[in-house]
Amino acid sequence: MKVFEGLKFSRKTSIIHFLDPRTKFLVSCVIFLISLIFSELIILSILFVAQIPLILLAKIQREWSHSIRGGAFLIIIILSTNLIFGYISNNFQLTSRLLIHSIAMAFRFIIITSSFSIFFLTTSPDNLSLALEQSHIPYEFCFAFTTAVRFVPVLANEAQTIIDAQRSRGLEVEKGNFLKRVRKYIPLLIPLIVNAIRRSLELAEAMESRAFGAKKQRTNIYSLKIKKADSIIIISSLIIIFLAIYSKFNLQIPIIQIPLLPP
Amino acid sequence: MIKVENAFFTYPSGVKALEGLNLEIQDGEFIGIMGENGAGKTTLVKHFNGLLKPTNGSIYINGKNTRETTVAELSKNVGLVFQNPDHQLFCETVEEEVTFGLKNFGFAEEKIVERTDWVLNFLELERYRKSSPFILSGGERKRVALAAVLAWDPNILVLDEPTIGQDYLQKERLRQYIEQLNGQGRTVIIVTHDIEFIAECKPRIIVLSKGKIINYATAKEALTNSENLSKASIFPPQIAQLFTQIADLGLPKDVIDVYEAKVLIENLLKGGKRNEGV
Amino acid sequence: MSPAIEVRNLFYSYPGAEKHTLENINLVIERGDFVVLTGPSGCGKTTLCRCLNGLIPHFYGGKFNGTVIVDGLSVKDHPISALAQHVGFVFQNPENQLFALSVEKDIAFGLENLALPRAEIIKRVKWAMKITGVTELRENAPHELSGGQQQRVAIASVLAMNPHVMVLDEPTSFLDPMSSKQLFEVIQTLNKETRLTIILVEHRLDLLSPYAKRIIVMDEGKIIADGSPRSILSSKKVFSLGVGIPKVTRLYQLLLENGVSLDSPPISVKELERELRRRII
Repeated sequence: MKVFEGLKFSRKTSIIHFLDPRTKFLVSCVIFLISLIFSELIILSILFVAQIPLILLAKIQREWSHSIRGGAFLIIIILSTNLIFGYISNNFQLTSRLLIHSIAMAFRFIIITSSFSIFFLTTSPDNLSLALEQSHIPYEFCFAFTTAVRFVPVLANEAQTIIDAQRSRGLEVEKGNFLKRVRKYIPLLIPLIVNAIRRSLELAEAMESRAFGAKKQRTNIYSLKIKKADSIIIISSLIIIFLAIYSKFNLQIPIIQIPLLPP
Repeated sequence: MIKVENAFFTYPSGVKALEGLNLEIQDGEFIGIMGENGAGKTTLVKHFNGLLKPTNGSIYINGKNTRETTVAELSKNVGLVFQNPDHQLFCETVEEEVTFGLKNFGFAEEKIVERTDWVLNFLELERYRKSSPFILSGGERKRVALAAVLAWDPNILVLDEPTIGQDYLQKERLRQYIEQLNGQGRTVIIVTHDIEFIAECKPRIIVLSKGKIINYATAKEALTNSENLSKASIFPPQIAQLFTQIADLGLPKDVIDVYEAKVLIENLLKGGKRNEGV
Repeated sequence: MSPAIEVRNLFYSYPGAEKHTLENINLVIERGDFVVLTGPSGCGKTTLCRCLNGLIPHFYGGKFNGTVIVDGLSVKDHPISALAQHVGFVFQNPENQLFALSVEKDIAFGLENLALPRAEIIKRVKWAMKITGVTELRENAPHELSGGQQQRVAIASVLAMNPHVMVLDEPTSFLDPMSSKQLFEVIQTLNKETRLTIILVEHRLDLLSPYAKRIIVMDEGKIIADGSPRSILSSKKVFSLGVGIPKVTRLYQLLLENGVSLDSPPISVKELERELRRRII
């Protein structure tokens, strides 16, 4: 669950929070693309270091570190599979290139996680939905998105209550062999489903009562506007991605060599 | 017996729900736990069968520390009935719902039959034995949820908000069940903010506010202490309010029962008849 | 001007049900009234409420016979979204009627659906927040609010649509007494200041009866009593039906049984106190 903690928006005021969601999304995508274009550790390190000021500016160090720690397991898997398979296919020889490459792959994952974590941590789901709406995504989809975000804590709570209620009736989910354990999920799943259906009916009633779908083109209390800061960042991002693609094909990127290992 | 020793509880989110509770509930007692929304009432009772363990301090059920006992083992003694029956009902028939707990606790076949018959009869659910719990009304579902717990005969019965959404007759019926169960020697604990219901049941009362016990007294004492109740967002029952207001007429202040009130006022007015020139 | 609500010979049964849930309901509610609708569980009060904003028949289907006219509109002939601007509906569970991630956005939801201009939305949202006392909570998410606050937001979000009638289905079920009282006070203010017609379903009448102008009691799909709070609450028939009458009114009934009759049945502590003092001195 800690992984999700690292994606949960927290209301703060900072320059990063103030930026248009579309700007931030573009920046995240640019970071994502560059990290895919390059597999050199040097470039990836620069990308990683470049994110640090953003995290500090947005005052999200704590939440950000949660999401990285949440991804730690995957990071280790990526690092070790790269190492093990590289080692095997390399005739059981550990080379500097292999080690650097494995580290770079793990680093790539960290960078991608980190850039989208910054995006979600500093963008309120309401604004995100608004950005989607203004990007001409159908409203039903945007509504489904915000409703899902809205009901995550509610459903998590309900699931806990159901587990508590059945444990109080002597249900011990951890006990017994695999088949027995699977059967023990029935008392949890049925109330969960029944309540979800009941809740969705109630929601539908409330939506109807609030004129949902009355007009084809609905209006919005808020609107997003691209501000000056946004334009600057958007233009810089586009320049950076252009430069990145250019240098990929035209520049030689230095390779790090680890001492004591064959290249 | 329930013993709570300096219990603190903080949710993982950082919300402090219990802040240093000390409490003893003897066998066979009838207890009402009252308090504002979010006072920690449900959190406290979830400690009684070990669903939650105190972050600090200890809780003992019949001498056993809840930290060293499983929820299943504790639940055998402490039957906890949740507020919303829909959070626990899942079987095809009421009968299966009732036997679920009995099977979990490993009762013998004939014992299961005996207990099921007893509880369906006691809570007047016999005619719904083969019905699906989902087609029953809200009040009936609440009764099935109670039956499903009462079935294994826990000696401590905890009911969380049993009166929500219930009409007056349903509450009256519930009160009669509770009084019978308590009369048979079980400890009964009800969590509620339904003050008029509590005034009719007259249990010993624990007033919780912001995670602390701010009063633990008889119904008469607790329900007539309006200053104390208001800290927990509760008003005294109407009869208590009335007798606080008319205390200067020479009547006792600590009245919560409507029948007691009737006798007192009858005497007052009959004694005062000469004033009317009758 | 037409009355706020007019129900004529209404019969209704849910899809697949043989029995009528509502049986021959006839009812007129004047504009600006504060009506409490009560009765034992399963008596049909929630069903009647659903008929008032078009959830029945448009959402639920079923067999609907008779006429329901709300704020001059026949419910049968208008979609729920059109009725929503005339009659607001507040549900029992606050959790399931708030959709957005902030209070302000939630209150704007209905207005956005109606495609009102932005300036108008902002104006109405501000007004609705002010009158229900939730302005400070503007940016909060629903799960950060207490039950009482959530219910006030639900009222505000319905109010923003400028209805003339508001139907509230057991809005205080999950609230503690203090929050319930605060909610009733908000509702009363709306009723007095904006002449909003209130129809409120409730079991517990002790806190509510001082606010009501009229109480309607239902049982088995029929209206069986209808009148002033005083006459309804003191009726033996209503008590035996299982309506939770205030304890002071019950005390009056018990005294009456023993031959002690007070002038008029009290519906609040204050009234009974006054009456007793008058008798003593």
